[in-house]
Amino acid sequence: MYVAVKGGEQAIDAAHRLLEEERRGDRSVPSVTLEQIAEQLTLAVDRVMNEGSLYDRELASLAIKQARGDLIEAIFLIRATRTTLARFGYAEPLDTQSMRVKRRVSAAFKDVPGGQILGPTFDYTHRLLDFALAGDAEPAAAARAPSALRSDMPRVLGMLGSEGLMEQPPADAGEPGDLTQDPLNFPAGRDLRLQNLARSDEGFLLALAYSTQRGYGRTHPFAGEIRLGSVEVSFTPEELGFAVVIGEIAVTECEMINQFTGSATVKPQFTRGYGLGFGQCERKVMSMALVDRSLRAGELGEERVAPAQHEEFVLSHSDNVQATGFVEHLKLPHYVDFQAELVLLRRLRAEVDAAKDRLEAAE
Amino acid sequence: MRVLALSAWKDLESCASAIAIAPYDLLRAPETGLVMLRGRMGATGAAFNLGEATVTRCAVRLRDGTEGHAYVLGRNAAHARLAALCDALLQGPDTGAAVTATVIAPLEAKLHATHLAASTKAAATKVDFFTMVRGEDD
Repeated sequence: MYVAVKGGEQAIDAAHRLLEEERRGDRSVPSVTLEQIAEQLTLAVDRVMNEGSLYDRELASLAIKQARGDLIEAIFLIRATRTTLARFGYAEPLDTQSMRVKRRVSAAFKDVPGGQILGPTFDYTHRLLDFALAGDAEPAAAARAPSALRSDMPRVLGMLGSEGLMEQPPADAGEPGDLTQDPLNFPAGRDLRLQNLARSDEGFLLALAYSTQRGYGRTHPFAGEIRLGSVEVSFTPEELGFAVVIGEIAVTECEMINQFTGSATVKPQFTRGYGLGFGQCERKVMSMALVDRSLRAGELGEERVAPAQHEEFVLSHSDNVQATGFVEHLKLPHYVDFQAELVLLRRLRAEVDAAKDRLEAAE
Repeated sequence: MRVLALSAWKDLESCASAIAIAPYDLLRAPETGLVMLRGRMGATGAAFNLGEATVTRCAVRLRDGTEGHAYVLGRNAAHARLAALCDALLQGPDTGAAVTATVIAPLEAKLHATHLAASTKAAATKVDFFTMVRGEDD
């Protein structure tokens, strides 16, 4: 129980002033600009947009600056900001097939039609510190191919599906649930699970995904296709009654191929897990696809034996704003609760002493 | 609408500076809110809610009664207002041709160039596999 306490206003004001000074750091060093954060700490911005569940690069950059680079604090700020804005409606589902691709790889097929496009990746770097970046050295311009990529990259899982080797994704079944409007109940549909995973903590999701690979609910995954690029957003305003393009966003998508299932009526086929996120967030969407697949255990007739297969465990602990709120509230004053604990403990000890005295007196 | 929404603000602003701004009233002053974005399970399956994005909307009415509407991702009120005005002007036979020529066409060309540049940079990172001769059969 938390009991309100009064007092300390002056101390709190002074603490916040001190915080602002510490945030600013050495005043002889120029203050970092939002443009610098948005342009050069892009992946931190992407993470804050994902877990803050709000696509706005400028707001995410501001949040990172205000939070002194503490991304969970920045995510908290973004979640708080979104509650101040009115909801205009739901966009049309993103068409990732028409993505303007910046990166696209398949770990399942070497000669995938459309090719393996590495894009801006840390893969194959040596992970050695580049001391040139400590100075102001500008990098060389990116290389350019003589012609553009084909605009209709075929889907790897679609190709397997056309041979009947891959299960088909579920068809639309009415309006999807929305965690921001209704509380989460169990069992949760896959729509709600995916919404939860999309905004869940990357570290938590990564650890769960890793646990499935190490044997806690194995799913035998292959990265069927990973895409990074930009997609247009369509929205139907009430006053117009038809869909219009209102902008474009960067997304990363992962389609995982997993081991087989079959039944008396359906021949064995691969199963799939799906991950989608804002910006460039490959680790996140790969983890999301693995955990999405693990959470389908019930639907696919698999025994639930591992944490990653346990929907209530995963979905209830994935949100780092909720998690940090409950963990960190422990540092707020609990003086009255603790006094109660102290009184109880002293009485228990006194009772033990009294019992011992009685025993000794009897002897 | 697509071109007006996709274009960078600075490009829209510089193109639109060439058009004669007709007198208009604000039907709806620029207002920033949220749209919930959606994905599809397995890319093509059932929809799910992915996360929100900021969007700014604006509606204008020209003196002849023509309405213009705009919804633009982000929080730039000036962008939404100018896009709504262009949307209204595009519906007039004379003003429509002028706005198409001075605003839409150059913005579309700029978008195309931007997309082409990004695509050729991505294409340069395409892997050309070749098989190593390992000499194990010698």
